[in-house]
Amino acid sequence: MSGSLKKGHLRASADLSGWSDDVGRGKKRLGAVARSYEYVEGWGRAVGASARVLRPTSLKEVRSVLANAHTDGAPVCLRGGGNSYGDASTNTRGRVLDISRMNRVLDFDGESGVAELEGGVTIAQLWRHILPRGFWPRVVSGTMFPTMAGAAAMNIHGKNNFKVGTIGDAIDSFDLVLANGELVTCSRAQNEDLFHAAIGGFGMLGVMTRVRLRTHRVHSGDLEVHARSAHDLREMMAVFDEERANADYLVGWIDCFGKHDQVGRGLVHVARYLEPGEDTDPESTLKLSHQELPSSILGFPKSQVWRFLRPICNDLGMPLLNLTKHTAGKLEERKKPFRQAHAAFAFLLDYVPDWKMAYGPGGLIQFQSFVPKETALDTYEAMLRHCDTKGIVPYLGVFKRHRPDPFWLTHAVDGYSFAMDFKVVPSRRQELWDHCRELTEMVLSGGGRFYFAKDLTLPPGTARRFLPPENLARFEELKRRVDPDGRFESLLRRRVFGE
Amino acid sequence: MSEPAQHAAAPPRVAGVPSSGRRALVVGASTGMGAALVRQLVAEGYAVGALARSADKLAELEEACREIGATSGGRVVTRAHDVTDFDAVPGLFEELVTDLGGLDLFVFSAGVMPSIEPREYSTAKDFDIVDVNVKGCIAWTNQTAQLFQTQRSGTIVGISSIAGDRGRKGNPVYCTSKAAMNTYLEALRNRLSEVGVHVCTIKPGYVATRMTEGMDGLFWVASPERAAEQILRAARAKANTRYVLRRWWMVGTVIKSIPSFLFRHLNI
Repeated sequence: MSGSLKKGHLRASADLSGWSDDVGRGKKRLGAVARSYEYVEGWGRAVGASARVLRPTSLKEVRSVLANAHTDGAPVCLRGGGNSYGDASTNTRGRVLDISRMNRVLDFDGESGVAELEGGVTIAQLWRHILPRGFWPRVVSGTMFPTMAGAAAMNIHGKNNFKVGTIGDAIDSFDLVLANGELVTCSRAQNEDLFHAAIGGFGMLGVMTRVRLRTHRVHSGDLEVHARSAHDLREMMAVFDEERANADYLVGWIDCFGKHDQVGRGLVHVARYLEPGEDTDPESTLKLSHQELPSSILGFPKSQVWRFLRPICNDLGMPLLNLTKHTAGKLEERKKPFRQAHAAFAFLLDYVPDWKMAYGPGGLIQFQSFVPKETALDTYEAMLRHCDTKGIVPYLGVFKRHRPDPFWLTHAVDGYSFAMDFKVVPSRRQELWDHCRELTEMVLSGGGRFYFAKDLTLPPGTARRFLPPENLARFEELKRRVDPDGRFESLLRRRVFGE
Repeated sequence: MSEPAQHAAAPPRVAGVPSSGRRALVVGASTGMGAALVRQLVAEGYAVGALARSADKLAELEEACREIGATSGGRVVTRAHDVTDFDAVPGLFEELVTDLGGLDLFVFSAGVMPSIEPREYSTAKDFDIVDVNVKGCIAWTNQTAQLFQTQRSGTIVGISSIAGDRGRKGNPVYCTSKAAMNTYLEALRNRLSEVGVHVCTIKPGYVATRMTEGMDGLFWVASPERAAEQILRAARAKANTRYVLRRWWMVGTVIKSIPSFLFRHLNI
């Protein structure tokens, strides 16, 4: 019996340094673990580093990677789908453990909707597995490629955060492999401190090899969607408040180039699940083919569309594109509610393949802040005005409503979030970072928070300025306890939690 | 990447070569075109990783490069390696690239051409050829392509041969191996083009190296230095396929168009 685990509970007195005697090292097996030397970058392509990437496919292989890292004294950076915009899953030292090949769907209960998945299963795999059986994941991000382990580690949210919480709220339990090779099962009843810390713990506490979560029964492959245009930010927030009661999903797009009295103008999309009977042919809407995103736009292959976006992805073209979209939105508002497939509504980032390539070689960053509802309007209006004054305006703005959750390092608040996509022009990179620093100060003075899946610009040591002090303190203590050698590390950790 | 070690002068200005990003890896570097390429690159201020089987020849190469590198700022890192040791490739690749500080140019210049009698069918010899010329090439080039795909920059050069253009009766499997290499490099060229990485296939005719030693009836023989120069120029011009010397293009075109019922009777 393990010295540190008693009946599955991690003993408080356990010594978790070094390698656990009760766990095989699987040293010889490192040779079997797929590995390569690659340039590993953040999704926005604005940051990256070359590293040895190891792709274990089983618990044994995960352990052999960790044992090997322990022997070499090298840090390990955990990586899932690599969908974090910034440097959360890349590091300039040590190696990268990429969980994406450990991707079997272990079990799915077609009655209760509970799915048991290996850590590398993607959201894409999950919805494709469960939708034909009449279920949809409770929480999905705007892209379907994150892995379960990555999604849980970041405690991702969707356009329905205000209604159902984050993915952590849908997770029943998970298996966590610690730095010393031990496997700990975490749930609300067992190792609950690790449960609430590793969800949102951005890969700092261990490798999630198995996740068990609840999914949502749906009666149709479609959602009912309608649009509401908003003349400014205040009106957008009013629309959110009005629609909230009957909406399952709410998302606002904001034209950040709006000035004066039109600051924060945009379009809100409101969606709700269909009740049983509302869809007259659920068998065909629940088919995967109904969900597939079209492969061409106006007859043109979508894979090449980004090349046409590139010439307008600058300070001349984007204001015009945003204005066009805002005008089109006003027209859309007049239309009746329409039906849209779940995948088409949810996975907006996947609609145009490689669209981020339109941003050019410098890539893009996303500055996303979460501000309590009391201060949201003032904070965001001030931020948009500041962008206008500085002349550094986001090309895309997305607005969402959130609710709090019990995970220690969560980004979610009872308030709103505003995601701002900025193009990185290599020669003006420092200018952009300074601009983001100023925006950060505004967010912090509004009592807001940040999200590790997006961040690239927070100045060193900012974590302690927005995370609740007790949560941060107990997280650090837990990190010291379960990872005393500091095995799990990433550039984000070194930057935001460092000095 | 990190600054190169102290050297007397800044890297020489060379057309088509950026002043930063001068890191190369040459597999098959002890003799012939490979060695000439290494010397040429070091003279241009590159940090070069050189791999070959013979540790002695590598030591000589290091000596020569030390002198060249003193003025140009280039340096060479050598490792004795047999390309048929496929399992060692990932580790060695990573080690060298970390040492060089990154990678911008990769040249696969290793190859064997054992002499085959006109009616000899030696599967053992043939498999040796395949191991080095085809599998060794794939092992190293795949590894490099993986890095170049993710970093979205780099150039790959494969030294194939004009022999790959037809299946000659003289040395069937050598021609096979070079034809395989040509198709493989073409496939990578198509794959990597979307990320801006270029793959160049070089088809030498006759070059004065150990491989052509003792052969008679040679013409248009290039010195290894001249060949190296043309190879680098082809890579920088982003040529897809180039013969070395360039005039071999005429020979290649003619040979490719000779119909089978005639070709089988010719001794070319």
